[in-house]
Amino acid sequence: MAVVTTMVFLLLRLTTGDPAAIIAGDNATAQDVAAVRAKLGLDRPIPQQFGIWLGNIARGDLGESFFFKKKVSALILDRVEPTVSLATCTVVLAVMLAVPLGVAAAYRRGSWIDRLAMGMSVLGFSVPAFVIAYTLIYLFAVQFAWLPVQGYQRISQGFGGFIERLILPSATLALIQVALIARITRGSVLEVLNADYVRTARAKGLADRWVLVRHVLRNAAVPIVTVIGLGVAVLIGGVVVTESVFSIPGLGRLTVDAVLARDYPTVQAVVLLFSLVYVLINLVVDLTYTVLDPRIRY
Amino acid sequence: MKAVAKPASIDVFAEEAQPQFGAGHRATRNTSVLIGTVTLAIIVVVGVLAPYLGATDPAQINPAARNRTPGTESTIRNADGSETHRTHWMGTDSLGRDVYSRVLYGARVSLVVGVSVAVMSAAAGLLIGLLAGYLRWLDGFVMRIMDGLMAIPAILLAIALVSLASAGLRTVIVAIVIPEIPRVVRLVRSVVLSIREEPYVEAAVALGSPTPALLARHVLPNTVAPLIVQATFVCASAILVEAILSFLGIGIPPQIPTWGNIMAEGRTLFRIFPHNILFPGVFLAVTVLAVNMLGDGLRDSLDPRMRKRL
Repeated sequence: MAVVTTMVFLLLRLTTGDPAAIIAGDNATAQDVAAVRAKLGLDRPIPQQFGIWLGNIARGDLGESFFFKKKVSALILDRVEPTVSLATCTVVLAVMLAVPLGVAAAYRRGSWIDRLAMGMSVLGFSVPAFVIAYTLIYLFAVQFAWLPVQGYQRISQGFGGFIERLILPSATLALIQVALIARITRGSVLEVLNADYVRTARAKGLADRWVLVRHVLRNAAVPIVTVIGLGVAVLIGGVVVTESVFSIPGLGRLTVDAVLARDYPTVQAVVLLFSLVYVLINLVVDLTYTVLDPRIRY
Repeated sequence: MKAVAKPASIDVFAEEAQPQFGAGHRATRNTSVLIGTVTLAIIVVVGVLAPYLGATDPAQINPAARNRTPGTESTIRNADGSETHRTHWMGTDSLGRDVYSRVLYGARVSLVVGVSVAVMSAAAGLLIGLLAGYLRWLDGFVMRIMDGLMAIPAILLAIALVSLASAGLRTVIVAIVIPEIPRVVRLVRSVVLSIREEPYVEAAVALGSPTPALLARHVLPNTVAPLIVQATFVCASAILVEAILSFLGIGIPPQIPTWGNIMAEGRTLFRIFPHNILFPGVFLAVTVLAVNMLGDGLRDSLDPRMRKRL
């Protein structure tokens, strides 16, 4: 994480543009620019700036956005809810679809369901999120008019509207996640299906359904959980795109807006936050291994 | 470092065909390699021969024929008073530009980005991976940097990187290459780590061959097959990321026709004129699909054992 922090700082401080000039505006004189620079501490040496920045982060102060003229922490806090709701919805939807699909594909290997699942998963890797998004919008919002085209409603303003507006974006992102998870599930289940204990379970007369749930899925769980964790990176990328398409005022949208405005404290903070979340989720995933497979110890 | 790179790049081609005598044969008979290659070849031809396939200037604006649906005809009055009739097979966008021409020219950008990102990240990853895998004192330091880079989600890192420099093709390519490098490095390093324990490497060390020669002659050839496969997947994801960046308006400048830019332009009027998103979207998806299929097929035929490693 230390490396990430340093890297995020360095990357964004090597900017070719001068942020002070951007904040000061087009009509600013050289003195104005210098004043802004001094105010922001940009005139100090880079290592000192890094020290100050680290200290501020440790205190939860992410600086002030150049563009939105607000505290970055307040800005982020304001945008967390849509993104978290979207991501949660997506993962739940994806796991609910992908795991049964993967298991079915492995169980009936070579059948139409296997081909369908694998074909879908290759497609999920290849079709970009926004193309899926527009296809879904076109079908379900424009043609059939079942769901709203875009927008977001806070959960506090009514649950119905909240869910209604989340369905299409989550479905968009879930399709990509399904591709990822179903593929690994299938591979992992296939491997376990050949194990001796599966044969034993069948031999003792256990119904296939129970064999799959109790013996196979349990033993195949570790790679599946791993890929869900790794998929968060894809999910974060997808969130950025999907929020733009569906006009959801979340963190992804904030990232794009901040980049367009060259608002680097915000970019810095968002990239750092996303990376932190990604690392933390994978840490949690690592820790669940011990629950899923008691043979693993740390 | 240079001394290692030079013999390495020559050997790639010399050794490529040799150890995979059976594999090359298998690769050509693999259906997904075949489908992928043929589809890609068509797209390459379409991109290169765009001017001969009825595509006109992709930047030409025609205010009289804005937002036409696919298949409509329009008339352009030339400077000398003569008139040109043309059919917009894929309609026109909100500035009256011919979508068909733009999609065809867009293929060029996507292919250039895909191929250059694949080649550059493979070359950089190969060099770093070889050194990190073989020189133990370098390994820890390099891999920590790579872990740090990998902790930042790829698209996010690319977005942060493009925000640094001025928008343009080169910036976009570099911004996509950097997040891909650690993945290549990991792959190369894992191959090197297993190869360095092989008896023939030990024998070469005992014979006193210098490290650069050893890496180039004995270690490098073993990395070629997995590297080609990985580069194919990198190419696919690079095409996708470029489209995403352009679509978000932070990639290649909007005046250059790329699939992402065409779709970004078509966003506002999507509900009424979906063709602006449909056609480039289909082309994009088909291209990426073709590259992925090629990669899948190559993986299966070049080295069946590789399935797990990737």
